[in-house]
Amino acid sequence: MNKLWLIIKREYLSRVKTKSFILTTLLGPIIMVVFIAIVGLIFGYESDETREIVIIDRGDMLEHKMKDTESFFFRFSDKDYADVVAEKEQKPFDAILIIPPLKEVADRKLTIDYHSEDQLDIDGMLALQNIIRDKIRDYKIRELSLDSEQLDNLRTSITVNPEPLDPDDEEEGETGATPITSMVGAIIGGSMGFVMYFLVFINGMMVMRSVMEEKTNRIVEVMISTVKPFQLMMGKLIGVGGVGLTQILIWAILIPLIVVGANLIFGFDTGQAVDLSEASGELNTEDLEIMMAQVTAELSAVNWWLLVPCFVIFFLGGYLVYSSLFAAVGSAIGDDMAESQALTMPITIPVILALYIMFAAIRAPNSSLAVWSSIFPLFSPIVMPARLAFDPPAWQILLSIVLLLATAWGCVWVSARIYRTGILMYGKKGTFKEIWKWVRAKQ
Amino acid sequence: MPILSIQNVTKRYQNHLAVDDVSFDMPRGTILGLLGPNGAGKTSLIRIITTITQADSGQVLFDGEPLSSYHPGQIGYLPEERGLYKKMKVGEHLIYLAMLKGLSLTEAKSRIDHWMQRFEMTDWWEKKVNELSKGMQQKVQFVSTIVHDPKLIILDEPFSGLDPLNTKLMKEEIALLQQKGMSVIFSTHRMEQVEEVCKEIVLINKGKNILTGSVAEVKETYKDNIFKINYAGELPESVRQLEQVQNINGQSLTFRSDSIHDANHFMKNLMNQDMMITGFAEILPTLNEIFIKQVTTTHE
Repeated sequence: MNKLWLIIKREYLSRVKTKSFILTTLLGPIIMVVFIAIVGLIFGYESDETREIVIIDRGDMLEHKMKDTESFFFRFSDKDYADVVAEKEQKPFDAILIIPPLKEVADRKLTIDYHSEDQLDIDGMLALQNIIRDKIRDYKIRELSLDSEQLDNLRTSITVNPEPLDPDDEEEGETGATPITSMVGAIIGGSMGFVMYFLVFINGMMVMRSVMEEKTNRIVEVMISTVKPFQLMMGKLIGVGGVGLTQILIWAILIPLIVVGANLIFGFDTGQAVDLSEASGELNTEDLEIMMAQVTAELSAVNWWLLVPCFVIFFLGGYLVYSSLFAAVGSAIGDDMAESQALTMPITIPVILALYIMFAAIRAPNSSLAVWSSIFPLFSPIVMPARLAFDPPAWQILLSIVLLLATAWGCVWVSARIYRTGILMYGKKGTFKEIWKWVRAKQ
Repeated sequence: MPILSIQNVTKRYQNHLAVDDVSFDMPRGTILGLLGPNGAGKTSLIRIITTITQADSGQVLFDGEPLSSYHPGQIGYLPEERGLYKKMKVGEHLIYLAMLKGLSLTEAKSRIDHWMQRFEMTDWWEKKVNELSKGMQQKVQFVSTIVHDPKLIILDEPFSGLDPLNTKLMKEEIALLQQKGMSVIFSTHRMEQVEEVCKEIVLINKGKNILTGSVAEVKETYKDNIFKINYAGELPESVRQLEQVQNINGQSLTFRSDSIHDANHFMKNLMNQDMMITGFAEILPTLNEIFIKQVTTTHE
C-alpha cells in the first residue's frame, strides 16, 4: 500500500508540477469557448458573396422599392431583358430577376425567373424567396386595401412552457421549467459531454504514452523488481486520474468565475444577442434582459449538487475503462507508433462514437438512442453527463453507474494481465492473438 | 547457509525453454559470475530470483527461505536494460527508488547523500536525468541498486557503456561491498571481467547449467597441463628434439606434461643439460577459453 502511494504521488506530482499542465488547465476553458465559438461560426456560416441584381418588375408590384441586404444589392430597370443584357458593360450586374405580374391579386403562386451565369445557392434562393414574398404580400395588402396592423395582430407568438404533471415537483425546482430550460440543458450537457470526452481521451493517451516511455526507457525492469506490475499500473492510473480530477476541480471553480467576470465586464455577449434577435424575429433589448435573467435563473436552478458528483463518478469510471485499456496497449507495443495505431483503434472508435451520440443526445435527450447509449458502459461516460442536465430518471443514472463501475473493474483486471506480460516483452509484436495469450496466461 | 540456493529451477516461455533444470548454491559474501552467451537464460534466471517472474518448477531459497514478496527489498538489482525517468531530478529520483525499497525519507536522504559524495556527484542533485551522460546515469543507477543495503546485489552487465576510469571505480566499489559482507551476482558474457572480479562462477548455456565452481577449481579442472619455461642462453639441440616440447618462442618454451611431478622431472632434466632457467610456470586456461570450449561442445 505504501509503495502504491509512492507511485501515485510521483505520477501525480510529476505531471501537476509541469508548465504544460498549468497552461492547459488555465487555458483549457478559454480553448473550449473558442472551440465552441468556431464550431458555431462554421455551422452558422453564410455565404459572404454579394450579388448585384437587376429587377425587371413587369407588374410594378414592388413600387421600385427594395431594401438592400448583406448579400443582395437591388436595382430596378424598366427596360427589356435584352436591353439590360446589352448594357452589362456599362452597368454591370450579377443576375436579372424577372417578376411577371400576378394575373389576379388572389393568386397564390408566382414563378419568377433568375437569370445568371452562376448557380444560386440554397441560402441565397431561400433569402430571395422570403424577400420577394414579403414584398408581394405588401402589394396584396395595398391592392385589397387591408389594414396591415390588423393583419399583424393576427399573428400570435406562442411560447411552450414545460410544467411537471405533479404540481409539488415545481416547488422543489423553485423556478420550474421554462422555455430556456432545454436550451440551458443542452448547453450544459454538451459542454459536460465534450469536457468528458476531452478528459478521458487526453488522460488515457497520457497513460499510454507514459507506459510506452517506461518500457522503452527500461526503467520498468528496475521498478517491477521492487513493486508488483499491478501496483505500478494502478499507481499510474490513479495518479494520472488525480491529475484529471484536479483539472475538473480547477475548472469547476474557474469557469463560473470567468462567466461571472465576463458578464460584469462586457455585459451580455452582444454577438449572441444579435443572433437570437435574428432567429426569433422580434426581440428587443428588454426581451434580451429578461432572457438573461432567465438563463441566470436556470443556471442556478440546475441541480449542481447532483450534476457535479455524477460528473466526477462518470469521469472516474470512464477514465478507468479507457485508460486501463490504453495502459494495456502501451505495454504491448514499444516505441513503434505505427503498431500503436492499429491497437489503439479499437479503443478510440467507441470514444469518438460516444462523442457523436452525445451531440445527438443533447438534441433529443430522451430518445432511445440517447437512453441506451447513456447506459452502455463504453458510451455512458460521455453520453450520460450530457443527459444529466435534462433530469433523467434516477434508475437510469444508477444502472449506468453500476454497469460502468463493473466494466471499469473488468477492464482494469484484463489490462493488468496484459500489462504484466507486455512490459517485459521486448522486440515482440503485440498482436491481438499474442495479447489474448497474455490475458489467459497463468502467473 | 548459502545466501541463495537455486534448486532444479525450470522456466518455459511459450515455445522455448529459457531455464532448464538449473541448480546451484551461492555462498554468502562471494562474488559469483553468472556467465553465458547471449540468450542463454541468464536474464530469465535473474528475473526469477528478483521475483519479477516465477519458476514453473523447482524452488529458490533466499537466506534459507523460499522466495516471497518480502525478499525483493533485500535484493539490489541493476538490470542490463536499465533506464531512469528522464525528466526527474537525480536527487528526487534516487529518493523515490530508495523509498520504494522501504527506506524512510530521512534515511534515504542521508544514505544517498553519502553515496553521492563518494561518487563525487553531489552537485548533480538538482540536475535532470536527461542532462547526464550515459556513464553518469550508470552511476546513479548503481547508487539506486545499493542504497538500501541489500543482502544480495545482482548486476547484469554492469560495465557496459562505462569508460575505463568509471569501470575501475565500479570494480573497486563492488570489491568493497563484498568485503562488507554483501553477496554479489555478476552476470556477463565478458570473461576477462569475470576473472578479475569473481571468485565463483556458474556457466549457463541454452538454459542449462553446464559448469559450477570457484574460478581456481574450474581452471584446475579444465587445464591442459601445459608449462612454460623461460631460459637464458642457447637452447641445446637435444632439448629441441624432445617430444614434450610444443612451442619455442624467443627465450621461452612450452611443454606438455601429465602432472606437475612429471613437469618437475622434465625441468630437472633440462637443468642437467646446463640450461639456464629463469622462470617456470603452469599455463592455466583463461575462462574465455573454457567458456568457448564448453559452449561449442554443448552446441554440438
